[in-house]
Amino acid sequence: MTKVIAKASNNELGLLVTNAGVLSLVQDSGRYGAFNLGLTNGGPADSLAFNWANRLCGNELNCTAIEINLGGLELTAQVDCVIAVTGAPMPLTLNGQQRLLWQSFSVKAGDTIKLAYAPVGVRCYLAVAGGFVIKASFGSTATVCRESVGGLNGDKLAVNDVLPCHIMLRDDNKLKQLMLAEHQQPHYTNEVVLHTILSYQQRYFSAIEKKLFFANEYQVSKHWDRMGYRLQGRAVKADIKGILSEGICYGAVQIPADGQPIVLLNDRQTIGGYPKIGAVISTDCAKLAQLRQGDRVRFEPISMSKADNIFHLNLSRFNQTQLISL
Amino acid sequence: MSTHINDNIRLEAAGENALILYFSDNGQATAVITPEISSKVHQAEQLIRQHLSAEIVDLIPSYASILVVFNLLEIDHHHLRNKLKKLLKQCDNSNSRPGRLIELPAYYSLESGLDLARIAKRAKLSVEQVIALHQGQEYRVYAIGFAPGFAYLGEVDKRIAMPRLATPRLKVPKGAVAIADRQTAVYPAESPGGWNIIALCPLDMFNAQAEPIMTVAVGDRVKFVAIDKQQYVKLGGKLP
Repeated sequence: MTKVIAKASNNELGLLVTNAGVLSLVQDSGRYGAFNLGLTNGGPADSLAFNWANRLCGNELNCTAIEINLGGLELTAQVDCVIAVTGAPMPLTLNGQQRLLWQSFSVKAGDTIKLAYAPVGVRCYLAVAGGFVIKASFGSTATVCRESVGGLNGDKLAVNDVLPCHIMLRDDNKLKQLMLAEHQQPHYTNEVVLHTILSYQQRYFSAIEKKLFFANEYQVSKHWDRMGYRLQGRAVKADIKGILSEGICYGAVQIPADGQPIVLLNDRQTIGGYPKIGAVISTDCAKLAQLRQGDRVRFEPISMSKADNIFHLNLSRFNQTQLISL
Repeated sequence: MSTHINDNIRLEAAGENALILYFSDNGQATAVITPEISSKVHQAEQLIRQHLSAEIVDLIPSYASILVVFNLLEIDHHHLRNKLKKLLKQCDNSNSRPGRLIELPAYYSLESGLDLARIAKRAKLSVEQVIALHQGQEYRVYAIGFAPGFAYLGEVDKRIAMPRLATPRLKVPKGAVAIADRQTAVYPAESPGGWNIIALCPLDMFNAQAEPIMTVAVGDRVKFVAIDKQQYVKLGGKLP
């Protein structure tokens, strides 16, 4: 990994927001260990793209970056820095010149960075070498708007916000610009298979209901956000109506009274009383979070052990993939 | 998938990095709300925090369950199942300590309890009787969730149990002491909400700058103590 030599900006200069776009959020890898206060995880909805953005900047993976939802973010650099953008293919320009995603590049004070709207996919990540310097709340900078926690002031980015970052030292010419080979870059489509561990109240769904749940295709409804994706398709019938409120894990598939599954993501409520048929594995939750209304998903059963294997295989693939020096 | 740790604790898969423990009484499968089960939950939570802190990312204790989220880089579900089995095997009521007793001041009045009169009317009781019944009970903190610092307290006397408002209020004031069915709670911050308001509590239930951040924790016992308007204001309470 490239070593970034940088010094903290002492006058809080960084990237100035000139257009906040639809929904741009400060995120690190998420808030953990605060469930007992009723605080959810937050963190990047597509953690794979987020991790790549940080790696391309030579950062630790927990460094604070920006999650850009749908697009429209415009920034003006107040300092020299190195940035990288990954995720959904939002057209990216630096001073009006087209730039590629999935690679790091230098930005000079005064430069303008613009992200237009993604034709497919939903979320992009903009990381800066050294990470944005933002004070953590409850151990994390992750913004959860519903809780008014994280980010600059518990809310999404707004015009005139400044995201402080490290100033690159002038004599540091060693900072390499890196890119992820095209064939290694994730593809964003309108269809995703969600591998799902049968769990929680699965015993209260009949064998036939489970079969049909896995056999039918679902569409993303108009209710999709960082809390969860409400799907529509064949209604799933549970033998029970409600349960005593209990902890909800990332990816849990909740079946409310109308039978339309909801996959719960980063900003989900921590406890709830709807029956759950299972939980989608994290790799596929990240893919789901790049879908929008009308996109299609299918559930596929997976054992806990197989899910564990996939997690470790993906992690080792990520760690072993070499970035290309430009 | 399902593992029985003992007659009263069952372990199920939840997600890729999460298991869930279900607690019951006398081997019954259906979960119910009782102080005994809640105390088992509390005891198990303490044991897990003490002994498995290296493997655990987070815990969500609730009425009759604990969601255990673990670090996949430290342990896999097989090993965690075994560790939990060993750790919780001896978990029973015999050595459980009662939770801390926390007293919360509450300014009960028609001015601060917007739904007090309605509850009294429905229960065919006087306003004073409703206040006495709410105050007379010792509650348990069964769960924390819904919003930062929102603690579910149970159980409210049957006579003053009250369904949620058909149309939730857009603004429930910070500190509102409210009832929904047989549960009661103090709103930690101003928020929309559908619970029936009967009093105002001047204390901060959730303060990021304070230590501890929350006044109560799951497993604690809570009693409301009536205060008058003067005391309420003196303790920092504001009237909406």
